[in-house]
Amino acid sequence: MTRLNLSLVILAVLAFAASLLAGRVWLPPSALLDVIHQPDSLAATIVSDIRLPRTVLALIVGAVLGLSGAVLQGFTRNPLAEPALLGVSSGAALGAVIAIYFGLAALSPVTGPLMGMAGALAACGLTFALGRNGTVALVLAGAAVSSLTAAGIALALNFAPNPYAAYEIMSWLLGSLADKSWTQVLLVLPFVIVGCALLAMTGRALDALSLGEAQAQSLGVNLFRLTVLVVAGTALSVGAVTSVVGAIGFIGLVAPHLVRPIVGYSPRRVLLPSALAGAVLLLCSDIAARLVHTNPELRLGVFTSLLGTPFFFWLVVRIRRRAP
Amino acid sequence: MTILSAENVSVTKGGRAILRDVSCQAHTGEFIAVVGPNGAGKSTLLSALAGLLKPGSGRVLLDAKALGALSMAQLAARRAYLPQNPRLEWPISVERLVALGLTARLPAVGELPESFAPAISRALELCDLTAQRDQTATTLSGGEFARAMLARAIVSTPQILIVDEPITGLDPRHAMASMTLLSRFAAEGALVIASLHDLTLAARHASRVIVLVDGAVLSDADSLTEELIHRAFGVRALASGAGDSRGFTLLSPSEK
Repeated sequence: MTRLNLSLVILAVLAFAASLLAGRVWLPPSALLDVIHQPDSLAATIVSDIRLPRTVLALIVGAVLGLSGAVLQGFTRNPLAEPALLGVSSGAALGAVIAIYFGLAALSPVTGPLMGMAGALAACGLTFALGRNGTVALVLAGAAVSSLTAAGIALALNFAPNPYAAYEIMSWLLGSLADKSWTQVLLVLPFVIVGCALLAMTGRALDALSLGEAQAQSLGVNLFRLTVLVVAGTALSVGAVTSVVGAIGFIGLVAPHLVRPIVGYSPRRVLLPSALAGAVLLLCSDIAARLVHTNPELRLGVFTSLLGTPFFFWLVVRIRRRAP
Repeated sequence: MTILSAENVSVTKGGRAILRDVSCQAHTGEFIAVVGPNGAGKSTLLSALAGLLKPGSGRVLLDAKALGALSMAQLAARRAYLPQNPRLEWPISVERLVALGLTARLPAVGELPESFAPAISRALELCDLTAQRDQTATTLSGGEFARAMLARAIVSTPQILIVDEPITGLDPRHAMASMTLLSRFAAEGALVIASLHDLTLAARHASRVIVLVDGAVLSDADSLTEELIHRAFGVRALASGAGDSRGFTLLSPSEK
């Protein structure tokens, strides 16, 4: 258990360092020292001003997606649950698109994240309100909410005042960590910290919930409080990061599955390793997306979708095989 | 002595009356069997007594205090509840499954404290599952799984133990062992309330039998009789033996 966390932390540190050095311009490892010794050199500027914020953001986004995926899978007891499947990511995307569309994003940089969180909160609340009676209902509710938000986004694209606005919305939707600065990191960090703290408090209740709702309640779990923690925590953390980097799918789905067998399937023990695995996955995906030399660049959200979809298929086949 | 009592409890679901004006009192040290035909309201009565279902009218009191006035954690520390056909959603080990019974006493974060290990070992031993301790609970046989759930319920040594059909699906030997375990629990001072379909085991082990029919209490007495079985189930039964060898042979359906 702790050995797993340690390995994941080492992997994250390696991926973090690689992310600072890799890219169109490869830097030698000594460039990392230049940041301290020669802060004015070109290598130091590339690292500290361009790659470091991007890497830190990748770490944050990956950890948020991994943690929220683990919490949502534990909460719904559904191995397919993740922020995107339950409509949370698309809710956040719609919120952010509204901010872009009406020019609210230009008023103040914090408008984007706030609208993203509001959208995520509305979508998450609606999904859980509609899908209260079991996991199938929940997944269907997630699909319904996703359709609703997709319709909203399509409407915004339809009536986009000019092709550039439509392009801006479209390219933002694809999800990317490119051209992100410390401003964005500092913008999302407070919301991410509060959201993740709320999600981290759900561990015990998620464990008890593996016995079903009746037994969990009998063991003293307050289901209402738990739902509030899950909805608010997911909306704050996923809403904030989605509004900044766009929709990035499948990290939240894959990360919990990778670590679950190693920790013995206990939902609480999945949380921390899943956050770490999410961070490693997203850092590696971002490095890979950068190394594929295409013009225009391969978007991170597209890359994770391409990698994640086969995994989704495998999961569906496995669930179908296990079902009676 | 702790007293759990239902006062004029009525429950309606979807326009249908599930429980009508049920009143009963239960004391620690008692082993109460709740019997009755399918759909008589046994599970609903047990959920209401466990404080998991708020009655439409009437109230459930624990030591003269309404259950609703207690927090869920306070209630969980004193009462264990095991529903009918309990499920497990993740393939965790038997040991971790049993440890979940201690949820109300565990710290919010961190690992399972060492001090809980003896309680878990004892519960596993009582339910004859020591050999399966590290096995994945979802790979247990139906009977083993039911016993693992029973171990989960008794691991916190609750004052009140409410179990819904705990021996359904168990082979005769383990059904008897589970009933002996429940009696022993009551003898040690706990209140045990169990809904049962095995009338012989109910008559042998329970100190009191509540017969529920159509949501109302037909009888609340020390034991069962042929007459009660006829009136409740519409089945002719033949009683034999007494005390520990009391038994009912079910003969044929009768006109109620």
